[in-house]
Amino acid sequence: MRIINRTPSRRTAVLLGLLPFAALIVSYAIASHYRRLDNPADKLLPSLGDMASTFWSMAFVADKRSGDYLLLGDTLDSLWRLGAGVGTATLIALVLGIAIGFIPHIRSSLAPFIASFSLIPPITILPILFIIFGLGEVSKVVLIVVGTAPVMVRSVAQAVMNIPRELIIKAETLGASVWQMTTRLVLPQILPHLITAIRLGLVPAWIFLISAEAIASTSGLGYRIFLVRRYLAMDVILPYVIWITLLAYLIDRLLLIVSRRAFPWHHAGGNSL
Amino acid sequence: MNRNFLKSICFAAALALPLAPLSVQAAEKTDFKVCWSIYVGWMPWGYLQDSGIMKKWADKYGISVDIVQINDYVESINQYTAGEYDGCSMTNMDALSIPAGGGVDTTALIVGDYSNGNDGIILKDKKTLADIKGQKVNLVELSVSHYLLARALETVSMSEKDITVVNTSDADMIAAYATPDVTAVVTWNPLLSEIVAQDNATEVFNSSGIPGEIIDIMMVNTETLKDNPNFGKALVGAWYELMGIMSSDSEEGKKARTAMAEASGTDLAGYDAQLSTTKMFFTPADAVTFTAAAELPKTMKFVAEFLFDKGILGEGAPSPEFVGVSFPDGSIYGDKNNVKLRFDTTYMKMAADGGL
Repeated sequence: MRIINRTPSRRTAVLLGLLPFAALIVSYAIASHYRRLDNPADKLLPSLGDMASTFWSMAFVADKRSGDYLLLGDTLDSLWRLGAGVGTATLIALVLGIAIGFIPHIRSSLAPFIASFSLIPPITILPILFIIFGLGEVSKVVLIVVGTAPVMVRSVAQAVMNIPRELIIKAETLGASVWQMTTRLVLPQILPHLITAIRLGLVPAWIFLISAEAIASTSGLGYRIFLVRRYLAMDVILPYVIWITLLAYLIDRLLLIVSRRAFPWHHAGGNSL
Repeated sequence: MNRNFLKSICFAAALALPLAPLSVQAAEKTDFKVCWSIYVGWMPWGYLQDSGIMKKWADKYGISVDIVQINDYVESINQYTAGEYDGCSMTNMDALSIPAGGGVDTTALIVGDYSNGNDGIILKDKKTLADIKGQKVNLVELSVSHYLLARALETVSMSEKDITVVNTSDADMIAAYATPDVTAVVTWNPLLSEIVAQDNATEVFNSSGIPGEIIDIMMVNTETLKDNPNFGKALVGAWYELMGIMSSDSEEGKKARTAMAEASGTDLAGYDAQLSTTKMFFTPADAVTFTAAAELPKTMKFVAEFLFDKGILGEGAPSPEFVGVSFPDGSIYGDKNNVKLRFDTTYMKMAADGGL
């Protein structure tokens, strides 16, 4: 049988999926072992046990100075910023995306601008954001919005334009107003695409969240990483990176499940990543 | 499946091997690399390389020394700690927290200068240090700025509980000061003079209030130095030859300072202004006197306690005395069995006695 027609059994599929992770961990452990032979206190590649115990104390032991649980506080603050940023971006994407995709005059006036705006690397205009929004929470949320909204707007607008013309003509024949078509036809059609747009937007959103927290902050996952980077505490940084990856993965999966539950018709087509 | 697993282990081992031997132990060698980053007291390192003075001294001892500039200060220390360089310019505080705290035995080869006003606290629209109470203070957390703030607060019977520290990248410090909600910053030169120049800014405390506590030093790997005394001799010899040139009012001295000024993005007047808030040890005798003085162990005790209080000496550190620091008179602060930072005047003394 040709290789393209051979599908692994469920058990093999899970094992195959774990293989690259196992390979990464084993290669790390070997590299760490050799470095620590030279210098048992090596900070660059701490042992897995060191990382686990540091992570444990960050997560479950109250900080001796402030009495807070650092990991919990950092995670909640970061998730709040991420949620506020992506939430705002989603709202903007929904409103502007439908307007641009559905109404040709708005499309002509806004589409080129948004296409250009989405190409500005947001970090480069950060000092302007600071002056306008201050150094507090607002500028961090705005950075996430600026970084994710334009791309999400474009992808929602494209989804609106991809709605089969026949559906719209049919609605018009039945005498629907523009508002009725927007709420009853366009909105249900693009909601699954909106979720996809959020999932894609979350990737840059995490990057901008971490960057914003690195620049001026008193808490957050990115804040902690850039703080301890000053003294090369990889035993804190690496578990935090894994934690961020895990959070991002869980949020992504959650959105996929929501999409599958709420819009089964959209996923009827077959496999999706 | 099993075969796949075995294969992946072999692959992993192959991948890991090049990572492992980064810090192969020195023994005798002839090629050395040291790194530095932009700071008024370290600009001579760049000039040593460009002017050929370093090469002259390295040739004299039959070795080669490459002096590399690294754009990011913390990154340069990290590279040194990871074993990429044999020496690196850094402050006494960062030497204790990063390489020494990370188990890399480090020796202070050349004590170059201390900050005598190069680090300062600035308040917006307020005139005295006591006004800082209750404010948000923007600074690079866990840096010498943070240490300076902690020491300054002690002088007015306050502690960090009376303020809120906001970690702010040095690259964004000037832009941050321009925003309305930033009312207090702690930073270093040349950012400091840039911010002080603004109308609403008052410098309420600077490092001349804690003289000799923020020290800028060429740190080298102790083991490398022990196996290769010529490396130490060449560096020290070259450094003090340039110090002699630089401090003179001669044409040659002016030329050297102008080159250093240009390399740090200012002009001769600007660089001389920065030098005036830096206590340079232009002669090896001055450096030896300072390093051997009784104040240094007290300073290092302050620094170790500050680092421990902030949790920087590592999660496993049970007390500020976790990492030992040795001084020229043989005394030791902290754990005698874990001495990782050594102040040693041997090589500077050779220069002072003309023995190089």
